Amino acid sequence: MSTKKVDIIFDAGCAIIDVLDKGLAMSKDEVINEIINSGLKGRGGAGFPTGLKWKFAASEQSDKKYIICNADEGEPGTFKDREILTKVPEKVFVGMALCSYAVGAEEGYIYLRGEYNYLLKDLQPKIDIFNNQMQQRGHKFIIKVKSGSGAYVCGEETSLMESMEGKRGEPRNKPPFPTVAGYNGKPTVINNVETLVYTTMIIRMGSNDFKALGTADSSGSKVFSVSGDTPNAGIFELELGMKLNEFVEEWGDGDTKAVQVGGASGHCVPRKNFDKTIIGFEGIPTGGSMMIFNSSRSMYNVLKNYLEFFVEESCGQCTPCRVGCQQLLKGIEAIKKGEKSPAYLEDLKKLAESMKIAAKCGLGQSVANPFISIADNFKEEIIY
Amino acid sequence: MSNTEILIKELVEKHGKCRNSLMPVLQGIVAKERFLSEEAMKKVAEFMDISAADVYGTASFYTFLDTVPRGRNVIRVCQTISCDMAGKDEIINAIEAALKIKVGETTHDGNFSLLKANCMGWCHEGPVMLINDDVYTKLTPQTALEALEKYVVSTNN
Ligand SMILES: Cc1cc2nc3c(=O)[nH]c(=O)nc-3n(C[C@H](O)[C@H](O)[C@H](O)COP(=O)(O)O)c2cc1C
Ligand code: SF4
Repeated sequence: MSTKKVDIIFDAGCAIIDVLDKGLAMSKDEVINEIINSGLKGRGGAGFPTGLKWKFAASEQSDKKYIICNADEGEPGTFKDREILTKVPEKVFVGMALCSYAVGAEEGYIYLRGEYNYLLKDLQPKIDIFNNQMQQRGHKFIIKVKSGSGAYVCGEETSLMESMEGKRGEPRNKPPFPTVAGYNGKPTVINNVETLVYTTMIIRMGSNDFKALGTADSSGSKVFSVSGDTPNAGIFELELGMKLNEFVEEWGDGDTKAVQVGGASGHCVPRKNFDKTIIGFEGIPTGGSMMIFNSSRSMYNVLKNYLEFFVEESCGQCTPCRVGCQQLLKGIEAIKKGEKSPAYLEDLKKLAESMKIAAKCGLGQSVANPFISIADNFKEEIIY
Repeated sequence: MSNTEILIKELVEKHGKCRNSLMPVLQGIVAKERFLSEEAMKKVAEFMDISAADVYGTASFYTFLDTVPRGRNVIRVCQTISCDMAGKDEIINAIEAALKIKVGETTHDGNFSLLKANCMGWCHEGPVMLINDDVYTKLTPQTALEALEKYVVSTNN
């Protein structure tokens, strides 16, 4: 077996505006049902079924609804949304427009991270053209850009909405979910850049063709961002459901010791588990970040780098995450220096476990993923 | 009216006097002045009719909305793992030596501030840095210093 390359996202073989017309000629329910039938799950990390999200928002009664494209892409190791917005932005706009048509929204926003401000020069004129095309078709829908200002947590959907409202990007409690009360308290669909492109392409190719790719739990394909110790770093669209050893065979440098799947908030898989690990929602789900480490790397340094990241990016709103991140970092440093006994690592793992339960948002909840997977599999590197 | 006041007035007129416009207004000031002075934040509060504490509260949350003085050009070197493995320390050392400042500091002439930042989405082409809104990838100490040159020239003109 080997990984299967797919060419859907960056495929240039069709006039994207025709896909828009195809979708607008369908009924709203037909559009939503196509997306539901495709089995598409969100590509931003959390993996919520996209069609259902659209259906929930469509069923809300409200004078205003919004569509948001999440282009905050801050997860370490992820860079595919930048590439998509550079190469095929029209596919993103059409996905937003189809969603707006299906759920009944007239305003859409692209929340673009401040680190990608330089994309705006090319993006804004293309948005203007697209807004015109929508107007010509007599459909009330307009896309605007809102910029971030360097906060990883603002990729979390409710934090992103707070930020759009001019506030500190502190995540809200859920429920209510954004499809009920999102931006400005109105029903809002928020989807990842890549998810929106897939909705466009599903309307183009038909849900059954999409579903023919991947597995029952993870239909279709996904764009992977590959970095670290690899001779072939970059962006690759692959069928979901592959085994990690197939991936490493192709992208490893022959000396791969571990792969961090899903970025800093994802899981570290050691070599001994490559053949048991499926990349997809039935195994390890991922926003697409694949960071490869070879045997020259210290996994202590890797974990420390991730924890420094979380300490800086925690919004500080809830204690388990604010204090927990700091203590995990201090803790492994103390073990390394010999100020704490190796047994202390077990206490730190318990702390990480409790953050999973007690933290308010996905940031604090997922720190346990890298912490426990690295602490369990590379204990010696942390202790000695 | 001071230049800052004129700028804020223009920004508020452009984006609208409502809370949802606070980020674009603050971003507009930072784009010109590189940081938010106390004066600027108080004026934003006044022109937008929101409390100065709210303005500061929002500003202080975001890494790119600096509330401490910065140089005319802000350098941010990515410190996250892929760039770290690709050699970000060498880049920082080279810049520190050339500008005679440490990370977090601003040069005497006020031309450069040097900062570290988290993942910038170029992990396959590290080390990377941003200077203001421009990105530089696959850096070596030499190309990093060459990049800085451009900003020395532009401010002397
Ligand atoms: C800390 C944190 C950061 C996140 N960052 C992003 C991001 O940069 N881009 C993104 O699409 N989703 C991000 N998410 C997930 C969003 O909250 C949300 O689930 C997603 O945008 C929904 O879109 P999807 O269903 O199309 O994936 C983040 C979540 C958390 C908890
Ligand atoms: S878990 Fe962390 S990032 Fe999330 S709300 Fe709590 S402090 Fe903020």
